[in-house]
Amino acid sequence: MADYQWPQADDRSLIGKRISRLDGPIKSSGRATYTYDVQRPGLLFGKLVLSPHAHARIVSIDTSSAERMPGVQAVDVIRDAGQEVLWVGQEILAVAAETDEQARDAARAVKITYEKLPHLVSDVEPAQAGDRAEEEAEQVTGDPDAGFREADATIEGRYGSSVITHCCLESHGQVAEWEGDNLTVWASTQNVTGLVGQYAEGLQIPAGNVRIITPMMGGGFGSKFQADTWGLSCARLSKQAGRPVKMMLERDQELLVAGARPSIHARVRAGAKRDGTLTAWSSQAWGTGGITSRGSVNLPYIFQIPNRRSSYVRVSTNIGPARAWRAPRHPQMCLITMAALEDLAAELGMDALDFFLKNVGIMGARAQTYRQELLKGAELMEWKKKWHPRGDQTSGPNKRGLGLALHTWGGGGHQSNCNCTIHPDGSVEVSLASQDLGTGTRTVIAIVAAETFGLPLDAVKVNIGDSRYPPSGPSGGSTTVGGVSSSTRRAATSALNELLAKVAPSLGVEPGQLEAVDGRIQVIGDSSKSIAWKQACAKLGTTPITASGRRSRDLISSGVGGIQMAEVSVDIETGVVKMEKMVAVQDCGLVIDVKTAESQVHGACIMGVTYALYEEKLMDEATGLCLNPDMEFYKLAGIGDIGEIEVHMMTGPGYDDRGVIGLGEPPVISPGAAISNAVANAIGVRVPTLPLTPEKVLAALEKKGGAA
Amino acid sequence: MERFAYANPSTLKEAVGLLSSRWGETAILAGGTDLLSLMKNYVAAPKRLVSIKNIAELRGINSDTDGIRIGALTTLQELLDDESIRRDFPALAHAAEGVASMQLRNMGTVGGDLCQRPRCWYFRSGFGLLAQDEQGRSLVTEGDNRYHAILGNRGPAYFVHPSSLAPALIALDARVSIFGPKGENSMLLKDFFQTPQSANERETVLQTDEIVTRITIPSFLRGWPNATYEIRPKEALDWPLATASVLLQLEGDAVAHAHVVLGHVAPIPWNAESASQWLVGQRINEQTAAKAGMEAVRDARPLSGNGYKVKLASVAVKRALLAAVQGGA
Ligand SMILES: Cc1cc2nc3c(=O)[nH]c(=O)nc-3n(C[C@H](O)[C@H](O)[C@H](O)COP(=O)(O)OP(=O)(O)OC[C@H]3O[C@@H](n4cnc5c(N)ncnc54)[C@H](O)[C@@H]3O)c2cc1C
Repeated sequence: MADYQWPQADDRSLIGKRISRLDGPIKSSGRATYTYDVQRPGLLFGKLVLSPHAHARIVSIDTSSAERMPGVQAVDVIRDAGQEVLWVGQEILAVAAETDEQARDAARAVKITYEKLPHLVSDVEPAQAGDRAEEEAEQVTGDPDAGFREADATIEGRYGSSVITHCCLESHGQVAEWEGDNLTVWASTQNVTGLVGQYAEGLQIPAGNVRIITPMMGGGFGSKFQADTWGLSCARLSKQAGRPVKMMLERDQELLVAGARPSIHARVRAGAKRDGTLTAWSSQAWGTGGITSRGSVNLPYIFQIPNRRSSYVRVSTNIGPARAWRAPRHPQMCLITMAALEDLAAELGMDALDFFLKNVGIMGARAQTYRQELLKGAELMEWKKKWHPRGDQTSGPNKRGLGLALHTWGGGGHQSNCNCTIHPDGSVEVSLASQDLGTGTRTVIAIVAAETFGLPLDAVKVNIGDSRYPPSGPSGGSTTVGGVSSSTRRAATSALNELLAKVAPSLGVEPGQLEAVDGRIQVIGDSSKSIAWKQACAKLGTTPITASGRRSRDLISSGVGGIQMAEVSVDIETGVVKMEKMVAVQDCGLVIDVKTAESQVHGACIMGVTYALYEEKLMDEATGLCLNPDMEFYKLAGIGDIGEIEVHMMTGPGYDDRGVIGLGEPPVISPGAAISNAVANAIGVRVPTLPLTPEKVLAALEKKGGAA
Repeated sequence: MERFAYANPSTLKEAVGLLSSRWGETAILAGGTDLLSLMKNYVAAPKRLVSIKNIAELRGINSDTDGIRIGALTTLQELLDDESIRRDFPALAHAAEGVASMQLRNMGTVGGDLCQRPRCWYFRSGFGLLAQDEQGRSLVTEGDNRYHAILGNRGPAYFVHPSSLAPALIALDARVSIFGPKGENSMLLKDFFQTPQSANERETVLQTDEIVTRITIPSFLRGWPNATYEIRPKEALDWPLATASVLLQLEGDAVAHAHVVLGHVAPIPWNAESASQWLVGQRINEQTAAKAGMEAVRDARPLSGNGYKVKLASVAVKRALLAAVQGGA
């Protein structure tokens, strides 16, 4: 009997190798079908009408002239007269028409009157927020006052990061189509299985009548778990019109309402002994993520400083609501902590790397991982050769600096079910209702199945992205890879065992003496006694084997550590920060595909450079409007802005044997902190908040007289 | 966008005949990279678009003893690909190069770059060029003005002129030719731009039924050091925070004549006259270039949130001057 445990390093033919993603060619040549590309016969186009005010009461809605516009087929009112709208962009109604343009014209023809109400859209301090500030209970551990008395050096600092958006390149949206009472939705979602229930509940229809299909995903980052107001509205429009409707958010709508990452701000005190031993921490933090944002902030991050006190105030504002943003809260907590600690290291005159290594003991469960990663990172960055005390003293306006940060994440696999079928003709299928967000999920599933059967990758057909397949959890919390790899491994192993049982008699052995390798079934260790895969399957006659498997906790684990180092150059006359290099060292247990894993880390670093240097949702208090719901002033890094990225995955003994752990989120946590620290190291002064714009860099420099 | 009629004339005369004498009714369409986005955002809603793309005489770069004539339909990429412009007028080539992406350079034209509308986010959100609320208060001075004017900003206009070619061309003493109902005339490009004093005025003196036909740079400037320096936070698909274009005539090492023009700091391309004058007689080095930079922003009056641009503008001048004497940027 084949064992479902992961094969040992020497026995792996595909797992842990560098394999190109299966959908690379169709994506890069434009042949991949995203929700945006779905075409259906008789398709109508939906368009949302959004609130132009940050806070108002709807006085009246008149859709009559819109209904008379050419091409209009349906109107769906989401929020009625009398109701309040709480942010610019809150959905009021939707229309569907024959063409995208007609829908847009009709949306503009709707007449809505509002009574404006007072708003707050700025990211203000709690003291200026009045009753919009909601305080959480203070957390105290040890004796902070005593800790500060023990310290030889203390720093006080102010740190923060603005509200940013998800800015998915494929905006949110879906195509909805009814056939009688059955609804099919092609959705750009991270939650194929979960959306079934959401549509069923939202539309009051049986879950069995709902089918969700997600062929390809153009980015979600935590913002695409819901059917959303527009999804349900799209289905209602489709029902009304009796025709399929496509409703994708426009770019401005995407930036206004489809997700925001809460801001964070904090005043921090931290203290350490002369040798770098951390003794005390105290922080008052606040932030906003819209009207209500859940989730709390735990400071300090990772470092279990023995004496610590922290508080958090949530400020509610009239901006589009927060959604989970890749590693929710972690980038914020990491920034506040790592920036303050790096300031403290500088105050002590210590190299931040030595300071962090000195405190490895209080880094919790992954302490030894961090130590190894810090040393590896230092080697790749040539840290010791390049590092200098704060303020690059070389001549000329371009100052170089190094910074580092570390992060942690869970990443345990979600619930996942897989069906695996071996056909008599030798072909193999695996089916599960998971989704590939662009992370390489499809490829990982194929690798696990092919490895299990000893077949080449292209012998396996992977069916995902359809709620008709066995249920899988949402792709959130970096839980997909653990879920799908273990359910696939279990299903494939069970299927294989059935096949081995069929084949064993013809080879005159017990099934337990057989293995599947190199496209053959053979007696373990003896390739002379074997049968080719195809011939083995032919023994099935006309009945395929199907077996199912579930997520299996003994194949996966949770809890990773990673470190990142940034090297920047800063033009101290213009304040422009240029990325030179990022080094990212990451563990995630057993790596199934080194190439797609590295590419996850690359993507995270790019996203990190972008939020460190450019991204900010700019709100205007006077008008309540967002000033940059576009890709012109909501700035994203381009290829020339990113610099070199070097990724190292921790693998081998001590890592592989933990099983598979998720990776999507952890590497996006550290870049902001590492880059902020690198800028401080380059110019000799902390730029308190992200993004690190020329304006803020110059202001920080001016405070210390303009020189690095 | 709103519905519109589309006209595709092949002569200037025809085109002018199709243009209305009232703002907003008709619009000239060149590459469309700006006009179409204004229309999609309903900031512009002309009833008729008059494409000038079929008017042959608006194309091409030609030179004779008088000048280098750049047709209004010359794309930014054609400008950049022109060897003599790259060699003799790096100030202009560099400004064209700064307009990234490739798509913008391939579609955007010289005429369109000069006539494009400001990027002020209040203007683009539909509050009008002067960006005022119902009570006539400036949304800019009260609001987020990080990218707005630091010079020439006594009001009511606070936007910055978006063209990066204009400062370079003005530094190069270019003339602009205009064709209208009364035929063709020309003027110095610096006189083409104006700061609107009321909602009825625009950023240029161009009338609704006039077409920019070409730009002419005087031939005798060939060989005069010139350069542009742009301060950009990122490499592509972004706007400069400040630019400076300079032209120098040197006698030996000393400056005999200088022309310093700033971009993206005022509602018009900003002639930094006192800096130009101060430079006469100087030798360009770190110190004098820095001093000229300070001189150029002496009259700057930043708004609540754009003080940093004063420093940027002065650094841009310094670096443009140093680049000019080191052989272009
Ligand atoms: C993200 C982004 C970044 C950019 N960065 C820069 C930059 O850094 N620097 C810069 O200079 N530009 C920049 N641009 C703007 C770009 O250069 C302009 O959009 C382009 O040059 C306009 O040319 P066009 O031919 O497409 O003009 P169109 O869009 O066709 O026209 C623009 C305007 O000019 C009028 N017009 C056009 N031609 C004539 C003519 N011959 N006579 C009279 N009126 C005319 C039109 O009626 C219209 O009002 C940027 C644009 C974007 C979107």
